Amino acid sequence: MARARDRGCSCAATLWFIVSIMAHGGSDYSVLIAWLKTPFATLMMVLLLIAIFYHTALGLQVVGEDYVHSAVKIPALVAMRLSCLTCAIAGILAVLQIAFGS
Amino acid sequence: MPDTVVEQSRPQSPNIQIYRPQLTSVLLIANRISGVALSIAAVGLVVWLAAGPQAYAVVQGALASTIGQIALFAVTFGFFLHLCGGIRHLVWDAGYGFELRAIYASGWAVVAASIVLTIAVWIAARFIAG
Repeated sequence: MARARDRGCSCAATLWFIVSIMAHGGSDYSVLIAWLKTPFATLMMVLLLIAIFYHTALGLQVVGEDYVHSAVKIPALVAMRLSCLTCAIAGILAVLQIAFGS
Repeated sequence: MPDTVVEQSRPQSPNIQIYRPQLTSVLLIANRISGVALSIAAVGLVVWLAAGPQAYAVVQGALASTIGQIALFAVTFGFFLHLCGGIRHLVWDAGYGFELRAIYASGWAVVAASIVLTIAVWIAARFIAG
């Protein structure tokens, strides 16, 4: 059931992102930044990053467990989870920097 | 539970060498492959977010190139395939659609919806962004 909730959140967040990107795709930097700065976009972006990387971690966990059986399995899974956490935080920091920076 | 795996290869029954690809198995592996590819795209998303103004121009230029557009199209299709496949899974989680006929119907619906959504998003993006 947790996986169903995770799938649902990831769906919703990414659909928002796709629609927004469609609207702003070709614009230049200042326009894009102006849109990303808005509180709603910032919030959605942070939620999107959390949802995406949590979903990625769950998915890659299953893939890793299916294909890796040697002693490298546990370190690989741990490294994968830490990488997802790192990417999520890096993304959130980037979004916050856009929102609060100059 | 013993952790050591016997390193020499044991005889295993052939699966992909023997079984004809079915809609069910192909969609399943497509969901997995698209998921892994989207993980890489997610990292790309973070890079795109973190890029400063100079790097942004480079990234936009790369995306606008032919290879970039093809890659973006492939990522969009992979995304919608994974999304529709995921929704199919959610329907199963709710307990519906396990009869064989329903499985094949939903499977083809996933393929069709992915193609339609990918093309629709790309056409809409052309219109909106100009």
